[in-house]
Amino acid sequence: MPPLIDLSPSDLAALWLTLKLASVTTLLLLLVGVPMAWWLAFTRSRWRSVASAVVALPLVLPPTVIGFYLLLLMGPHGWVGQFTTWLGLGTLVFTFAGLVVGSALYSLPFVVQPLQNAFQAMGQRPLEAAATLGASPMDRFFTVALPLAKPGLLTATVLGFAHTVGEFGVVLMIGGNIPDKTRVVSVQLFDHVEAMAYPQAHGLAAVMVVFSFAVLWLLYRKRTEPLGGC
Amino acid sequence: MPFARLFPLSLLSLASLLSAPVFADDVQVAVAANFTAPLQAIAAAFEQDTGHHVVASPGATGQLYAQINNGAPYEVFLSADDTTPAKLESEGATVKGSRFTYAIGTLALWSPKDGYVDDKGQVLKGDTYQHLAIANPKTAPYGLAATQVLDHLKLTQATQSKRVEGQNITQAFQFVQTGNAELGFVALSQVYKDGKITSGSAWQVPQALYDPIRQDAVVLNKGKDNAAAKAFVEYLRGAKAAQVIRSYGYALDAATH
Amino acid sequence: MSPPIELRAGLVRPGFSLDVNLSLPGAGVIAISGPSGSGKTTLLRWLAGLEPADTGFIRVNGATWEDTASRTCTPTHRRPIGYVFQEPSLFPHLTVAGNLAYGWRRLLPRQRTLSQAALCRTLGIDHLLARRPDGLSGGERQRVGFARALLREPRLLLMDEPLAALDTERKAEILPYLERLREDLAIPVIYVSHAAEEITRLADHLVLLDQGRVTASGPLNDLLTQLDLPLARSLDAGVVMEGQVTGYDTQWKLLHLSVGKGGVTLRVPHHERPVGSRLRVRVLARDVSLSLDAHSHSSILNRLPVVVGEQAGGEGLVDAIVALDCKGMPLLARLSRYSVAHLGLQPGMQAWAQIKGVAVLG
Repeated sequence: MPPLIDLSPSDLAALWLTLKLASVTTLLLLLVGVPMAWWLAFTRSRWRSVASAVVALPLVLPPTVIGFYLLLLMGPHGWVGQFTTWLGLGTLVFTFAGLVVGSALYSLPFVVQPLQNAFQAMGQRPLEAAATLGASPMDRFFTVALPLAKPGLLTATVLGFAHTVGEFGVVLMIGGNIPDKTRVVSVQLFDHVEAMAYPQAHGLAAVMVVFSFAVLWLLYRKRTEPLGGC
Repeated sequence: MPFARLFPLSLLSLASLLSAPVFADDVQVAVAANFTAPLQAIAAAFEQDTGHHVVASPGATGQLYAQINNGAPYEVFLSADDTTPAKLESEGATVKGSRFTYAIGTLALWSPKDGYVDDKGQVLKGDTYQHLAIANPKTAPYGLAATQVLDHLKLTQATQSKRVEGQNITQAFQFVQTGNAELGFVALSQVYKDGKITSGSAWQVPQALYDPIRQDAVVLNKGKDNAAAKAFVEYLRGAKAAQVIRSYGYALDAATH
Repeated sequence: MSPPIELRAGLVRPGFSLDVNLSLPGAGVIAISGPSGSGKTTLLRWLAGLEPADTGFIRVNGATWEDTASRTCTPTHRRPIGYVFQEPSLFPHLTVAGNLAYGWRRLLPRQRTLSQAALCRTLGIDHLLARRPDGLSGGERQRVGFARALLREPRLLLMDEPLAALDTERKAEILPYLERLREDLAIPVIYVSHAAEEITRLADHLVLLDQGRVTASGPLNDLLTQLDLPLARSLDAGVVMEGQVTGYDTQWKLLHLSVGKGGVTLRVPHHERPVGSRLRVRVLARDVSLSLDAHSHSSILNRLPVVVGEQAGGEGLVDAIVALDCKGMPLLARLSRYSVAHLGLQPGMQAWAQIKGVAVLG
């Protein structure tokens, strides 16, 4: 009887690549998403609702649509592709960097929205108080805003990471299935199914399910507080 | 279909002898994505000639296989390869003896740029391109054929770093068409119509360089008693269909037609 | 000599505008009062740098904090202010000690002069240092808020209705702390409130705002006795004075207070206070009656010679308010119009004021 989980070296490589992609994407999204969420939370500009809708688009658009337009935009005829070529970087399609960009766009609302909610819940008052106590804008951000937004920060990180791990449609469109560069787990799984290699597919899928469950459980576990005194 | 069952088979046979049958039926056909366009043309002619209507469901062969195994209502299956119908046959999911090769796929090396691909494929050896698109060899017969060609030409090592894989032949084509890959191995049918290449430049890869891409059709158990299914399969083997298939750049199996 | 605090602000918002021009003293408690919507909080927030004004000028003790004409504007965190908000706005992620240290840590060592321990004792919060804000009562939180603002060693303390969010008991509990602070502090305090109780107990200078405009600004007692202001005509009209204890009559339990510049002595039934200590007292207009001669046989403890000043109609014009001057110390008396006419009271006349009740504040 074959082993329950049968992971080939190529499966492991795909897992490792996926973890790398999710980590880099989440980091990038936090760096970009925090200022974005901050602006969305506190601005009084009339562009706010437009910007919010744009940020939320990836929630609604099919990933293959996002992927397809990225394929065109990042390709040699699209303006992003022409820009990157001009910078001497070639095109982003078929590269790890391209996947990072695609994943970041795809997971953007999952990072920005929890952060925005956390900042809005905090409100302006703690920041005003900090300012009257002599804290500069950067100071207030790190000593007051971030600590108070910690739950939202945690949610944003976990959701962004988990969402990128599960990403398929975008990668499919712009990845090219290159081992160690763009062959992530979701595509690997799909390939096993297509090639009717079901035991391998089961094995990989099991790993993904367990991993996703563990991540989400950790996230929800930290949230609940016991009711009552005993 | 249930409607037809109410009438004796003799009446149905009589009807099928006449050019315009009294009772028209539906036949559910699962078809490999790459054959969708020719199928539509054949289906139109078929309906005109027999009155039966073809309901086509295009898809990736592997997915169609999984669906068939899980109760999909397909009656005829036009695969992109020959191994999948053979598998279904060995699993007892098909009508015995109904399997045949309906088309032979041909490979082409193509670029949307005029004059880029020479008619001997020498461009492969050069360094003018960064990405060569092929279909995933593990899941698409055209992809497998492409790797066979590269092996034959002893170019596997040289092109390894430039290879990008599309999930299927359609995606491989997409990579080339959008310019992300300068050239790629596509199905001839994707760039060929009525005797010539529709756009860009191509090398029609000689059949000797790769195993023939036999695309087999088979009648599934669900279509066993459907006269329309039987009629369709017959039509597919007929002269009219052969003409259409050829015009799309496929080759024909002498044994079939 | 130019006044220590100069403020000029103009701003327009939907449905509201502010237009003020104030010169304020550089010490003591400056109360800003007015009906809700008059712009008190907006003015305070602008002064703190939390709201922008269309045109603004702020000069505090020689330093210009804002001047829209020359496009200079010191941001909030660089203004040497302390701010106490209406709702205690402590940082929930820090303990009380952490909150107190927040402003203090951002000072240069040479700027730190206050003793945190002494201040905590004064405000009664020294036993709370390890607690978190959500484990404190409203009153405790607000006291921590005062301490936190003070530990920043500001040169101007701003308080926005700091007691408004508390119930009567908490208010009564905290006012003494504020009075104590008032004595200890050498810096000016701008205190927004519409509670008469707080103003009479704490303010030295009063600014009245109405619909974004200043209707009066001056020393507290001046405004209280100004007959053309509604304050002097209200039911609680009266005067507030600083007095110094000169002695105590242990037999009759009477406190002797010297008030005003003229050294007028008041005798007040009260428990003992040390000689020399300063107290604030209030005399309500309705507790003052007038007589043309000095009765000695009367239950009234305090009879003072006064000069009659102007008069005005009381609330509802049923009675009259008469301004009096006792050796430089102003008083108000509320009399029936009949009495005013009957006694033939005219400005400049000599008379005797009988003070039935003196309230010692704090």
